[in-house]
Amino acid sequence: MAWTRFFRRRFWDEERARELQTHLDIETAENMARGMAPEEARHAAHRKLGNPTLIREEIYRINSLVWLETLAQDLRHGVRLLGLSPGFALVAITSLALGIGANAAIFQLLDAVRLRNLPIPNPQELVEVKIVGGNRRMGVNPGPYGQLTRPIWREIREHQEAFSSLFAWAWGNVRVGQPTELRRASAIQVSGDFFRALGVPPWRGRLFLPEDEVGACPASKAVVSYSYWQYYMSGRDLDGDSKLIVNGAPTEVIGVTPPGFFGLAVGDNFEIAQPFCQPKELRHDVFDVSVMGRLRPGWTIPRASAELEAISPGIFAATAITEFADALEMYKRFRLGAYPASSGVSWLRTAYDTPLWLLLAISGLVLLLACVNLANLMMARASAREREMAVRLALGASRLRLFRQLLAECGLLTAIGAALGIAVAQLLSRVLVWALSTESMSVKLRVETNWRVLLFAVGVAALTCVLFGAAPAFRATRTEPITAMNVAGRGLTTGRGRFSLQRMLIVVQVAVSLVLLVGALLFVRSFRNLMTVDSGMRQAGIGIAVMGFEQSHVSRDRFEEFQRQLLDEVRSVPGVLGAATTTNVPLLGGLWNMGVGAHGSSMFTWVSPGYFDTMGIPLLMGRDFNANDTRTSPPVAIVNQAFVRDVLGGADPIGKTARTRAEPNYPSTLYEIVGVIPDTKYNDLRGERPAMAFVPASQFPELGPWAVMMIHSKAEPASTMTGIRRTIAKSHPEILFEYQVFQKLLRDGMVRERLMAMLSGFFGLLAALLAGVGLYGVISYIVARRRNEIGIRVALGAQQGQVVGMVMREAAWLLVIGLVIGTVSWLMVGRTAGSLLFELNVHDPLSLAGAAALLAVIAALASLLPARRASNLDPMVALRLD
Amino acid sequence: LDGEMLQGTLDLLILQTLALGPAHGHTIASVIERRSEEVLQVEHGSLYPALHRLEDRGWVSSFWGTSENNRKARFYRLTPPGRRQLATRASRWDEIVRAINRVLRPAGE
Repeated sequence: MAWTRFFRRRFWDEERARELQTHLDIETAENMARGMAPEEARHAAHRKLGNPTLIREEIYRINSLVWLETLAQDLRHGVRLLGLSPGFALVAITSLALGIGANAAIFQLLDAVRLRNLPIPNPQELVEVKIVGGNRRMGVNPGPYGQLTRPIWREIREHQEAFSSLFAWAWGNVRVGQPTELRRASAIQVSGDFFRALGVPPWRGRLFLPEDEVGACPASKAVVSYSYWQYYMSGRDLDGDSKLIVNGAPTEVIGVTPPGFFGLAVGDNFEIAQPFCQPKELRHDVFDVSVMGRLRPGWTIPRASAELEAISPGIFAATAITEFADALEMYKRFRLGAYPASSGVSWLRTAYDTPLWLLLAISGLVLLLACVNLANLMMARASAREREMAVRLALGASRLRLFRQLLAECGLLTAIGAALGIAVAQLLSRVLVWALSTESMSVKLRVETNWRVLLFAVGVAALTCVLFGAAPAFRATRTEPITAMNVAGRGLTTGRGRFSLQRMLIVVQVAVSLVLLVGALLFVRSFRNLMTVDSGMRQAGIGIAVMGFEQSHVSRDRFEEFQRQLLDEVRSVPGVLGAATTTNVPLLGGLWNMGVGAHGSSMFTWVSPGYFDTMGIPLLMGRDFNANDTRTSPPVAIVNQAFVRDVLGGADPIGKTARTRAEPNYPSTLYEIVGVIPDTKYNDLRGERPAMAFVPASQFPELGPWAVMMIHSKAEPASTMTGIRRTIAKSHPEILFEYQVFQKLLRDGMVRERLMAMLSGFFGLLAALLAGVGLYGVISYIVARRRNEIGIRVALGAQQGQVVGMVMREAAWLLVIGLVIGTVSWLMVGRTAGSLLFELNVHDPLSLAGAAALLAVIAALASLLPARRASNLDPMVALRLD
Repeated sequence: LDGEMLQGTLDLLILQTLALGPAHGHTIASVIERRSEEVLQVEHGSLYPALHRLEDRGWVSSFWGTSENNRKARFYRLTPPGRRQLATRASRWDEIVRAINRVLRPAGE
């Protein structure tokens, strides 16, 4: 009822107006009939009825939903006011949007990487079995998720009692397709119970069962993820012909997993799953599987851990890696434990834990800054509006109504800020995931809008607005209108006390900005250090080619000869300046360590002649390897200066010998040192320069049907790659070929530093800008309020410079106090960032000074404008105006 | 008597007046005044909002008609729900009056 009236309230208003007129007419006529004069009759009628407009208003109120109407009015008024000061609106809304958006985006990422449960039924039941304290990098550790070896997994499965279902899985890349057009796919190998234990139903076909893992390697069945099925198999229904060639072996696709299931590694979505298979010989030293399961009803994690610990001695005795004599005792002392795994596993978690929390802290500070800024702007406006409030009170507005209107303004600001903030969050989330990804490691995360965080951020902003904007203005309504009007109009100098809160807020802003700016400078400089660090070897123009020649059917004793032949072919490609094989690509994480002498150890790399030339590493002494260093010639080595110092005791190295300690397949060997190279970085740009030994590739005990080549070319990477690919494909079309650009891989390894530099730099600049805007606002406001006083000073002969100086001194004080507090805060909280910095101290004085200087420049600019305005004041105008 | 009650009383008086037949605002006011022997003075200012409210609730309906001295006027008429409302309110009023009387003039006096 009320709603139909609500929309017809204008019609009813006219209706009632006519009706009231009729009433007046009738009354007037009756009065005249009683003998009154016409004029008098009309007046009497009017007196009796009262004010028709008031009656109409009352009826109008019955019809309308008053709160809705006034809300609409307040909002309209708010929009008009914001339109009147677009600068204020722009700064307030932009800073709110960025603050809210940044917080939401980073929290969403943190949530996706760290906190969210896996999309499977009852994820909280999932438990992972790990060696307590990890395996101390023993043996071979191929992936980020490997915790146990397959023999250990078999033993656990046989002896455990804690789990109602238990499964193992291993992560790795496979190559799919024909040799000429290979595509890398991220794959998991799983035990037969994997999907059943996780409770993942098939989307198409069937998923694996325990009997699928009994076949000999390689596995001939595969299950693909929904997105792989959609993208590479066009979502066609599966039949006997649904085949893929996985690592060269024909494989039947028997099923598709449901959309949303990405495996157990957050950020590393699997594309292809294959069942475990039975290898000819089960290796005891490869830690590549992760074992997980669901506990039996009534079992807790501590109870499961106790049970696992009890069966550990038997398990580790049965699976001992007997070849590692030194480590065997340690291995047998390993203990298993149970750990919650409801949110899966993720290498992102270890790599990005500190950065993400740090970024969350940074974005929290940015939100704080945005709120402080808003508070400052609102307060400046609130005092400026005291007069407006007074006038409106004097005209009869109720205080409640004024308060409601101030609330509406806040609501409007925060609502627009929040809406933009949500958009910023979506955008930033995407940028973040993109920034985490590299060509070689694409990160796929389902980032969901987290409404709780958004609500929190918006709530903080709204509260700030109300506390600092509406409340002071409302307090102003309590003073008698006449006083307020007088003070605002005829004020002389306003007392210092009035601005103390605003000054304090500026100090807070400067301090927080300093913290953010120092952080930003440190991260940017750290990134730069990493980009320009001298690794001791050539990075530009280097390509890495991996060639697999298993299909070429070369006999084992001719592997080395075949590698040499391939190298010659590569060197014949136009533009190629040098090429050599290596067993370990430097700077990209690979590690090959062997014991030397009684206690020493050194990195070992087997390289072909020409490696040092290709990598731009000069020989300081002695000779490079050559064709005379063969499998049967005496073992020789080229070592770096660290090796000479640490292993050989600094003596003249050429002609000295060093003996390696035995390892599986690597018998103890006596090497004669024939050359010395300078120290270079080893497997990480951020790392040390350890002792290194290089030995001839021809003497490598484990030559396989593949070659990893470092290639130096003066041509463009793309043309070098096609050139080499074409040459190899012409003579050996069966060879698997992969080519990557060294420098690009190195850059990909700096993603974390890049991300920190990018985001902290952006937020730091934003913070400095906000501080500048805040200072500008407050100083201009103070100048405006002191116009009278300044006018008098100018009239009494103050020079322009003196007035500017007076205003600038005011700003300088605020800046100095803010900088001091900021510096102290940085010294207290900055340590967290330390672990993420490369060749930089957290308390780096240069960065601190730089940040302070930048803030000082911004502050000077921000206060110079209002100061100049003050000094140009015409005293006559200033004095007459008030 | 508080405002709410007064308003309720005015509603009751209007409904009772309309029970006699359709009437326009001015007539309603004069009828109430005449029948109360000029004791109850209807404030014309509150008459029209009251009529509007009653119409809003569906107890009266209105139409434009011609008054006794040939003027266009808005007439009000009781609707069936209005008639039921009048009965309930009238008996409630009687109860209240009796109750107040019992308080003012106790039987023992």
